This record gives sequence, C-alpha cells and structure tokens, in this order.
Amino acid sequence: MTVTELNPHTLAGDPRTQFARTVTGLLDEDPSTTLVLAEISARFFGDAVHRHPDRVVNVGIREQLLVNVGAGMALTGMRPIVHTFGTFLVERAFEQVKLGFGHQGVGGVLVGVGGSFDASRSGRTHQAPGDVALMDTLPDVLIHAPGTSAETDEVLRRAVASEGLHYVRVVEQTNTESFAGPGLHVVRRGSGATVVALGPVLDDVLAATADRDVTVLYAHSVRPFDDATLRALLAVPDVVLVEPWLAGTSARNVADALRDVPHRLLALGTRRTELRHYGSPAEHQRAHGLDAAGIRRSLESFLG
Amino acid sequence: MERVDNISRFLTMMTGDEKHDLASYSTLDVLRVLYERVLDVSPENVDDPRRDRFLLSKGHGPSAYYAVLCDQGFFPETWLAPWGTFESPLGYHPDRNLVPGVEISSGSLGHGLPLAVGTALGLRAQGIDSRVVVLVGDAELDEGSNHEALELAAALGLDALTVVVIDNRSSSYTVPGRIAERFATEGWDVATVDGRDQKDLEKALSERGLGVPRAVVATVLDEEEAA
Repeated sequence: MTVTELNPHTLAGDPRTQFARTVTGLLDEDPSTTLVLAEISARFFGDAVHRHPDRVVNVGIREQLLVNVGAGMALTGMRPIVHTFGTFLVERAFEQVKLGFGHQGVGGVLVGVGGSFDASRSGRTHQAPGDVALMDTLPDVLIHAPGTSAETDEVLRRAVASEGLHYVRVVEQTNTESFAGPGLHVVRRGSGATVVALGPVLDDVLAATADRDVTVLYAHSVRPFDDATLRALLAVPDVVLVEPWLAGTSARNVADALRDVPHRLLALGTRRTELRHYGSPAEHQRAHGLDAAGIRRSLESFLG
Repeated sequence: MERVDNISRFLTMMTGDEKHDLASYSTLDVLRVLYERVLDVSPENVDDPRRDRFLLSKGHGPSAYYAVLCDQGFFPETWLAPWGTFESPLGYHPDRNLVPGVEISSGSLGHGLPLAVGTALGLRAQGIDSRVVVLVGDAELDEGSNHEALELAAALGLDALTVVVIDNRSSSYTVPGRIAERFATEGWDVATVDGRDQKDLEKALSERGLGVPRAVVATVLDEEEAA
C-alpha cells in the first residue's frame, strides 16, 4: 500500500471527519474504548493520543498487526475501534478479521474508509467494492454503511455500545436525509415495485424513481438485513436492490426474505469488471450505472 | 515424579495426527516450566483479569499442551482419550471457546504473537502488569505477520511480553543463530537456552525484559524421545 491520503480539503463536516469527532468523544467517555490505527487518519487523532496515550495505538503501516492488536485488546475485555482504508482492513487482513475476532469469539468495531469510489483517482489498489460481500461471509457480523455524518455518529455510538463484531463503511458520498436506527426505513410508499437503497445511494434512487409509483426503502445498517419490513411492504413482487458495492451482495438476503414468494429481482451495484479509469467518484458511479441516470435506465429495462 | 508420570500417562491417552507428534513433544519442557514454576495462572484465577497469560501460537500438535493443562486441573482427564472426536472440546488445534485455560484459538500460523502484543497493550491500558508469554515455532517465524509484531513490541517497550521460540530447525531456510539476532536487532532482550533443560528454562523464563520485551529461544534438536 501507499500512505496516500484522501484530499484533506474536502473533508470538513463529512462522514470521515464525523468518524474522528465521534470516536474522540467515545474515547473520552468510555475508558474501555480503544482506537487502533495504521497511520491512516492518524492526523485526526492528535488530541486523543495526547489524552489517552495507552488507549490510542498507531501500529504503523502494519495492517495484519492492526487487526490482531485490536483483537488482543478485546481479549482483555476492551472495546477496540480498528481503522484504516477498507481494502487494507478487511481484504488484506481478512484472516486476522476471521480468526482474531470471529474465531476467538471477541468483538470490536472495524471502521473502513474509502469504499468503492472515494479513491477513484488512486486506482484499484485503494478501492474496496467487495468489502461488504467479504465481511458477509462471517457469522453474525453487523455491517453499517451510513449515508450522512449524522448516521455515521449514530451508527458508531451504537456499534461501540453494543457487543459483537461490527464493520462500519465510512465514505464521502452522502444522502440528503438522515434516518435513525437499524432496519429498512420507508422513504416512499407506492403500489408498484419495491426499490431497496442501501447506504449512500438514496438521493440517486429518489431522483431515478421520482416519476414512478414505487416503494423506496432505505437502510444504513445493512446486516442483519431487515427481512420483515421488505416482506410486509411488498406491493407487487418486483424488487430492485441498489447498493454502492459489489452487485448482488444483498441478493441472497432478498432471496431469503422472499423464499416463498415468486418474485423478480434486479440487483444493481458495482460491476465485477475492473474499470481501469481514474477520475472523480461521480464518474466512477456513472461508469457502474449507479448515478440517477444509470439507475433510471436499469429500471426502465427491468420494469418497463 | 508423580507429575511426570501423570503427564506421560496423559500423552499416551491421546493418539492422532502423527505428522504433528514431534512438534507437540518439543514444547513439553517449556510448557511444564511455565505452568509449574513461572506463570501465575491456574484454574482458580483463570477468569481473573490480573492472571498471567500463556498464548500457544504454534497450535498444531497440542497434545503436550493438553496434557499440561489437564495436569494443572483445567479440565478432567476423561477429556483426553476421545480428543479430535465430534463431541470433544479438544481438537488438533485448540479453541479458547471450548477449553478452560486456553487463551487463544490457534492453528493458522503467525497470529499468536500479534494477538499477544494486543493483549499486552490491552492490559497496559488497564494498568495491569501481568505477564504475557507466547510460544511460537521457528518455522512459524517464516510468517511475515510476526515481524510486524516484533517491531512494534520493541518500539512500544512492551516489557510484559515474552516470546518463547521453540527452535527445532524446522524452517526450510534456517540459518543457525538468526532468530536470536533478529530479535536482538529489533531491541529485544534475548536469551538462547536448551529447550530440554528445565532449570535453564526456568531461569530464562522467569526474567522479564527491563523496558523491552524478552525473547527466549529454546533450542530443541533431539526429537527422538518424542517418537
């Protein structure tokens, strides 16, 4: 990896800055909370290190160690927050996540930044479109993809206060509106298909469906998946999933939720083919068909 | 002698993975010295946050580990004979969720030392000065994850941490003396001892590093007695 950081001039008030603010507060409030870093984002935590030198540890550019240091702290009863780019956190160090936390049976809060699109100019090495699918191979992991700074704050506080292993995906893309709590939130009711927006794709979904009679559901806490709400609100058995990571990641959850209901599913997300382009996050979303126009085209093809 | 007889009897009760038998016995003297003479950990304080920790990183061939834990009273000897069977808590790699006294689940190499660094940091953050001893194999040090950990442990002065390297020259590209040199280069306090000599082991394992972590390289070259 390189130590290339995201552009610090674009961060004011964004979810990543909120992550730093919330975690700094949690370190002050709860002496069982620890923060483990691998250089990335260390510049946000100068005050926290000063106030809690034994509870904020920067391990250097050592991601395998990053995860297992967090797990080792959890073995002593502490609640670790473990942070770097998503790709280095859960893909490079996946066995540490699987064994250090999962198999040991201890909990922690893994916070990955960057997601699928933030590092559009950095290239494939810094992008993690497969992170949610990969974490979803582990039992009982809670996965969160907050769409606003307010949701980032709420999700982090909930994850640190609860037990178990959480993965929080913090990215620059945001929605306009914030929703409180886990599960599927009803954004709009309609008599046609159900469009499920996961994470920061809601604004594009709402723009793409503005002239359609559809139900729009939204969740920022995506695992566990809210089967009950999807079943309860299904008007007609057409479902469209929109998630800003690997296409089809949540298709199995929809299949499980509707296992006794004949239905059609369109699963939109990032495509498997490597893009091999740089440019802006918006250009990458467009290339994967995840901007409003792309979602609209897919809906026209699927729903007519 | 009763203790030796017990452990010997426990070992004969366990059969299984032949490939790993030699490795398991190479750890026996170190394990006995740690549990019988050095560490403050027992069935009575196994849930006490202030207990000393022993982490078996080299999780393959755990029969000697199970025999010593059983001898210490962590679980009954009736557990030993059926080890590896479906209902047994004792597998060919230990699981901390199944076996009292087992601090980490191990098997995949290169995880124990990093977990030990995290454990030492977690204890330090809580003001607990207990020792954390982790056992690794010389070939296990092939795994790069160990080197991330041994660098940081020295940089942060984790003097609660002791690594015991069972050196039976099992690494394919072994260079005699290199393990001790590597730890020393990173600033660790290093001792090299005969891994069969319990008196020397006790002396080496009883000492803590002063402001730096400690490595004890226990050389175990004679494998015949394990056959």
